[in-house]
Amino acid sequence: MSTPVLHVQHLVKRFGAFVAVNDISFDIRPGEILGLLGPNGAGKTTTIQMLLGLVTPTAGSIQMFGLDLAAHREEILQQVNFSSTYVSMPQALTVEENLWVIARLYGLSQIQERVDDIVKRLEMEEFRHKVTRKLSSGQSTRLGLAKAFLTEPKILFLDEPTASLDPDIAQKIRSLLKEERRSSGLSVLYTSHNMHEMEEMSDRIIFLQRGKIVAEGTAQEIVARFGQADLEEVFVKLAREK
Amino acid sequence: MKVHRIYALVARHLYLYRRSLPRMMEIFYWPFLDLVIWGFITVYLMKFQGQISGAVTFFLGALILWDILFRAQQGITISFLEEIWARNLMNLFASPLKPSEFLAATMVMSVFKVMAVSVVMVVCAGLFYSYNIFVIGMWLVPFVLNLVMTGWIIGVLTTALIMRFGQEAEVLAWSMVFLFQPISCVFYPMEVLPGWLQAIAWVNPAAHVFEGMRAVLNASVSPFAHLAWATGLNLVFLGLVIAAFHWTFELCRERGLLVRIGE
Repeated sequence: MSTPVLHVQHLVKRFGAFVAVNDISFDIRPGEILGLLGPNGAGKTTTIQMLLGLVTPTAGSIQMFGLDLAAHREEILQQVNFSSTYVSMPQALTVEENLWVIARLYGLSQIQERVDDIVKRLEMEEFRHKVTRKLSSGQSTRLGLAKAFLTEPKILFLDEPTASLDPDIAQKIRSLLKEERRSSGLSVLYTSHNMHEMEEMSDRIIFLQRGKIVAEGTAQEIVARFGQADLEEVFVKLAREK
Repeated sequence: MKVHRIYALVARHLYLYRRSLPRMMEIFYWPFLDLVIWGFITVYLMKFQGQISGAVTFFLGALILWDILFRAQQGITISFLEEIWARNLMNLFASPLKPSEFLAATMVMSVFKVMAVSVVMVVCAGLFYSYNIFVIGMWLVPFVLNLVMTGWIIGVLTTALIMRFGQEAEVLAWSMVFLFQPISCVFYPMEVLPGWLQAIAWVNPAAHVFEGMRAVLNASVSPFAHLAWATGLNLVFLGLVIAAFHWTFELCRERGLLVRIGE
């Protein structure tokens, strides 16, 4: 079995008396897509924010590529990126300017070629010179994904990456993710409220509830374990449990 | 510290200014307006030239130097606010960018702003009031460098406070510097302050710069002692506020405030 690229052990985050993430442990292996499921407030976003070094854990450890995040933040984040429907890019810059800034931030070489390539792959040619504030929500989401793919990360955190995309573009994004995984061994932590997408994309799924992992396995294993017809029913059952 | 990351942030701000009229106005319009108002006051005071010795050089010189401090502070704080307004802090701090590189980029932006404002004010003062700031001579260089540093100190402190207390504290970006103005002795000598306030002003580096400027213009005493005090105090306070910024950054990561600023 290959060494995990991401190794999370006994991760805890408390905000005062509130426990947002409660002693979770999991791994992601090279080329694996791990789905992170859970109702609103389950701790998914806090977990991703801790993995990105934006929030300091109360306890536990995060290792990526065998390095501790707290001690090797710069080296690790150079190889990691994220995209979230809820995080935008600077609105007053054009799509291309935003991508150039990101490329410089990560110290990429051959910036124009890389920008051209990602713009083409995500079908962004028609709005590459548009100011970001004038983009539709679907176009903004694509910009967020372009920013994430541009730096050729080894681990990608995607928070509802296809939430505001039309089915055609959403399918293309999923294909791009699978292709990246196949060609470069990209590992992905993926959250979505679209259960069909979760089943299609994830090799394994972790189900979070009130900050704890309550189920883990492949979609089929989780569905069988809870005796439901599909993942959506499992989600509803778990989300409604007190 | 990586230069390419600092360059990335500077480029991001330059893209922003390139197509934003309000932002360009912030650089050119307000300093110009300040100069016009204080210029007319100075023209009026010239009638009493006998009673107020060197009024023209004092007021316009002081105004230009004060604006340098103010723009240096704004360069830091507004750059940070731009990231809050754009909700871009997550993109930046989830990248390999270090807080020190972020601060360095805002300092570069601050220097650009100071240069732009200085050119506008010096040219306008020359054109409209036949005033030449360079009468201060070579002392002008260390004066300006010290004022830029004082501006950075106030800017970094303000930024740390906004980061800690959130967007509702953004009013500090425009008001904080004026808290320091009375004890900076911009338009009057330190001796007019009450004794206890003089003691406070003495540890304000800007007060030493303005005292030094007056010493040069009066050709009374060498401004060297004031410059030495200003430089020493600036270095100490700059070190302290940078440490405070890093401490606040870690506190915000600990409390999850960094991802919530601007929400």
